[in-house]
Amino acid sequence: MRDVLYLAWRYLAFNRWKTAILVAAITVIMFLPLALELVLERSSERLRARAAATPLLIGAPGSPLELALSSLYFSGEAPAGLVYSSVGEIHDTGLALAIPLQLGHRIGAQPVVGTAPDYFGFRGLPLADGRSLAITGEAVLGAAAATSLQAGPGDAVVTSPETVFDVTGTYPIKLRVVGVLAPSGSPDDEAVFVDVRTAWIISGIGHGHEDLADPGASGSVLKRDGQNVVGNAALVQYREITPDNLADFHFHGDTAGFPISAVIAVPVDEKSGVLLEGRYQGTDSGVRIVRPAGIMDELLATIFTVRQYVLAAVALVAAATIATIALVFLLSIRLRRAEILTMTRIGAAPGRVAAILGAEIMLVLLASSVLAALLTWLVTAWGDELFRWVLLSGYQ
Amino acid sequence: MIKLRNLDFRYPGGVFHLRVPALDVRERERVAIVGASGSGKTTMLNLLAGIILPTEGAIEVAAHRLSTLSDSDRRTFRISRIGLIFQAFELLEYLTVRDNLLLPYRISPALEESSDTRAQLERLAAETGITDRLERRPDELSQGERQRAAICRALITAPQLILADEPTGNLDPDNKRRVLDLLLAQVAGHGATLVMVTHDHDLLDPFDRVIDMRDFHGGESP
Repeated sequence: MRDVLYLAWRYLAFNRWKTAILVAAITVIMFLPLALELVLERSSERLRARAAATPLLIGAPGSPLELALSSLYFSGEAPAGLVYSSVGEIHDTGLALAIPLQLGHRIGAQPVVGTAPDYFGFRGLPLADGRSLAITGEAVLGAAAATSLQAGPGDAVVTSPETVFDVTGTYPIKLRVVGVLAPSGSPDDEAVFVDVRTAWIISGIGHGHEDLADPGASGSVLKRDGQNVVGNAALVQYREITPDNLADFHFHGDTAGFPISAVIAVPVDEKSGVLLEGRYQGTDSGVRIVRPAGIMDELLATIFTVRQYVLAAVALVAAATIATIALVFLLSIRLRRAEILTMTRIGAAPGRVAAILGAEIMLVLLASSVLAALLTWLVTAWGDELFRWVLLSGYQ
Repeated sequence: MIKLRNLDFRYPGGVFHLRVPALDVRERERVAIVGASGSGKTTMLNLLAGIILPTEGAIEVAAHRLSTLSDSDRRTFRISRIGLIFQAFELLEYLTVRDNLLLPYRISPALEESSDTRAQLERLAAETGITDRLERRPDELSQGERQRAAICRALITAPQLILADEPTGNLDPDNKRRVLDLLLAQVAGHGATLVMVTHDHDLLDPFDRVIDMRDFHGGESP
């Protein structure tokens, strides 16, 4: 057997380019359907798990898919129109815990998620370092975000301006990092968490500046009208929330009417969930309630339908490739007639010659299998990210 | 060494007809077979090697009646007792000269490579002047070197009989004589019997006997 393998190996090594092309072709036809299946399987499991772990989502009327994708994966924009009072309304029903989500800002590539500290408990996100959110202006980083931003407790991160061309837009706000979450293998790893008030300040809804009532700030006063004081252009807006200037940050208006992207509702039990759904469904309350698991199942069902067509196409290509490879082997045997004849004339049994030729095929298949397995492993390791990127890129 | 009696051979469906009433070759004898193209010289070698079997009659080589051996036994007999040399050398292009010389050991489980085999290989290579070519591939060798390598491959198993089919046919005149001298010296050194097909009458002097295929009523059957 050793001699058979040795002769087969020498032949393949001598014809290395032909061998490499064969191995590459077979690797591709092995790898493609395998990788597609694995990536879809694993990714859909993760997507389903994330969706299933989020019982109910409440948002403004619009695309349920966009609401689910933005609230679960922090990608794209949630349909606008939901206000903060919704959180109180849900809470007041006593049917569910209401966790607000305010999305839409970024620090570099990392999404900023305005939420309540309850979110960490709900998602089961323990801190790896530092502490949780306590006051406005603080941030807790997901594990991947901390690595990406190269920041940890005690460091500061600055929000990205929405557009560099909009001089009247929101100011970048410097946030103090107080904690880093342990890796969870979920989109939470990529996020920068702040409280909802901080998110509003990043949006420009709230702001901080020197106290114009202070006599020392007279240089920044445009006019005084009774209790109302109007600042002039010299008024300096704070770009960092610190314990010293925290009191100077304020909101004009009632926070109940301030926008939020969505509310995660965590019913106290199954019945409460159904009751809560009933309250919002079919009403003209201007609020939509969805079960993310159902939305994700619909999305994945569409993807799996497409998969069938892709697999069918791959199968056709594979059949054509296998036929071509078989032809290559047959032609190769024909070209090697003199060599085969020499071996049999010297005294090789036909079975031995067949074993040598078979060993060549086996070695090519083995090399292709190893390569396909390696590629599949790589895709399995990185496939979730890849799949999520492919799936969600349209919503970024 | 070789005994042929009442041999009759026809290719199935063909018109070629070879008849050998009787032929004996002694041990260590050096026999040349001559004849026109199509006279059956190569067929005769194939019969002696047991590659093909006669339609009638008997062939005995080294006291083994070939037609009574099974296919497997005949192959084992051939690879261990008979060395074959071909006109076109028939070295495998993807193997080094060393691996080509060891080919009989690689293609037959009946032969087992040992330290003696490797010593034999080195000795043959040294005697034929191809020691520095052992790690080269055939296409890196001259025609003469290739045929010397082919001779070494035929002798590697220390066979009792060497069957050479026009081994000088592809060589220039200088190399013809040199390779033939080398072949004869090696055959003599190993105490083997040589049967060589040639159509080059200038090379017949060193042979003990010359057989003309016309004596065997070769040719087309009626």
